[in-house]
Amino acid sequence: MLITERDRLREDVLAIAELTDCHRASLIPILRKVKEKYRGIDTYAMQLIADVLGIHPVEVYSVATFYSFIQPQTQGRLAFRLCRTLSCELEGKESVAEQLQRDLGIGFGETTPDQVFSLEWANCMGMCDQGPAMLVNETVYTQLTPGKVHDIVEEYKSQQEGHVTKRQAERVL
Amino acid sequence: MSTSIKSSTNELTFASVPAADGLNKALALSRVDIIDAIHESKLKGRGGAGFPTGTKWNLAAAETRTPKYMICNADEGEPGTFKDRVILTEFPDLVFDGMTIGARAIGASLGLLYLRAEYGYLHEHLENVVARRRKTGLLGRDIAGIEGFNYDVLIAMGAGAYVCGEETALIESLEGFRGEPRNRPPFPVVSGFLGRPSVINNVETLAWVACIFSKGVEWFRSYGTGASAGHKLFSISGDCEHPGVYEFPFGITVAKLLKEVGGEDAKAVQVGGASGRCVPRSEFERRLAFEDVPTGGSIVVFGPDRDMRAIAHNILDFFVDESCGQCTPCRLGNPKLLQGVEMLQEGTCSLQYLNDLKGLARTMQVASKCGLGQTSSVAFMSILEHFENEVLGRKPLL
Ligand SMILES: Cc1cc2nc3c(=O)[nH]c(=O)nc-3n(C[C@H](O)[C@H](O)[C@H](O)COP(=O)(O)O)c2cc1C
Ligand code: SF4
Ligand code: FES
Repeated sequence: MLITERDRLREDVLAIAELTDCHRASLIPILRKVKEKYRGIDTYAMQLIADVLGIHPVEVYSVATFYSFIQPQTQGRLAFRLCRTLSCELEGKESVAEQLQRDLGIGFGETTPDQVFSLEWANCMGMCDQGPAMLVNETVYTQLTPGKVHDIVEEYKSQQEGHVTKRQAERVL
Repeated sequence: MSTSIKSSTNELTFASVPAADGLNKALALSRVDIIDAIHESKLKGRGGAGFPTGTKWNLAAAETRTPKYMICNADEGEPGTFKDRVILTEFPDLVFDGMTIGARAIGASLGLLYLRAEYGYLHEHLENVVARRRKTGLLGRDIAGIEGFNYDVLIAMGAGAYVCGEETALIESLEGFRGEPRNRPPFPVVSGFLGRPSVINNVETLAWVACIFSKGVEWFRSYGTGASAGHKLFSISGDCEHPGVYEFPFGITVAKLLKEVGGEDAKAVQVGGASGRCVPRSEFERRLAFEDVPTGGSIVVFGPDRDMRAIAHNILDFFVDESCGQCTPCRLGNPKLLQGVEMLQEGTCSLQYLNDLKGLARTMQVASKCGLGQTSSVAFMSILEHFENEVLGRKPLL
């Protein structure tokens, strides 16, 4: 991580911690912010957060790894989360999943090499009457079909300059 | 007010109650009278467990330690449940009215609304409502001119964990820890957020509180059954023509509800989400109420061609993923049951082993620390009970 980026991270962490006088209760808000902005929580960030809150870095790690929205590993700027739970399964989430993998060129749990897209499963997201449902960051998409997700992915791709799919990257290497 | 909530059998309540009406009427009463009114209304928690709200408030009001906290559980993670999302989107003021009435009753000075991460798109909307209420004197200092009645609400975001809907796990999460449920007792009303007396209520429960003060205790109690007073919101999904959120009185039969939503040909319904039970067609005359088939309001309809084994598989997969891992029966039991369902599919599960799995499920129900592990095998057991022939008769895949 660049020095300037580290400074920025420290500022972000302190800004939230100070709202609660560095109380432990600000740990999850801090982790959410870091994850949102930097797309991952590396060991430097965990040590910094631990230092600011006066707790052991292992505690930061144990909390981050507990919750699915603040997992430490770096994800793409656009995190696709497809619901795999009961009602969405009845509505046919499987074919939507196939199409997503084909269009994004990655499997579930993976991130594109240019770190633009990542794809993962999610559990019920409260859209069960309009399944299959998916979240892209904080935007919710409902009543998905293979055709519909194809259009959604194309739309996001067209907004990304210089996005490289995994297959294209492999061809170059 | 327009709403996406549906019903053809009764009036829709939330759309007919103006914001702040219930709150203003409640604040004209003494703290004791507020709790008495909730007692008399027989309101029970809409989050699933059905604990009497008046009793909960009374316990917290009796505590002398301060500060106290009035918390709203907006974690809504139960598969098949989405009514709280609709309430928060369309009637947020009723929820904050309910929280403020509760705060007055128990003497709380701060409120937290724990919003699940998946509802991140509602965060700004709710912050705006809170800001507006601060401006109009419905939150903040000396609310409604009552000297010394100070109450404010903060919105706390979850980070993606179903178990955090369990009230003690929710508190752990609010305090910045892993969402691992605590032993109860002590209950949150005695020792909750930061070790202080805290009441945790479901979004819908709080909205009904506002309606009860707006429309009257008698009005509320005149609907429903003896042990389950009032109306309830139902989240209906799956194989039916008109899925969505419905308002019905407690005590409605499964058959009547299915007729309303266009799911008459169902072979079974899952009542109460993944942690609820599977009700087969032969029991469709049973009533949805705490004393018969209890529910937090989730109904997933299964059409005639659905494979019940696949449904058991999906449900157990969910629990394997969402178990917090803190206690052994739940951490190890759920994967064992899931593996058993896979063996059933492959035709390699002997009856002897199936009986062992049933024994394991019973152990999990009594030995797990929190409601997740205590209920995760209920769907599996009820599917085995009612669809044994369908689930068992698979040819081995050789
Ligand atoms: C695993 C588990 C998950 C739960 N999830 C929720 C939830 O998402 N929302 C909710 O209101 N209650 C949930 N509950 C119930 C809460 O523990 C608690 O009983 C409820 O919020 C109390 O509010 P009420 O009395 O108004 O229903 C859950 C319980 C368990 C065991
Ligand atoms: S029953 Fe499951 S979810 Fe509950 S405490 Fe035990 S391991 Fe955690
Ligand atoms: S089951 Fe997919 S949103 Fe509820």
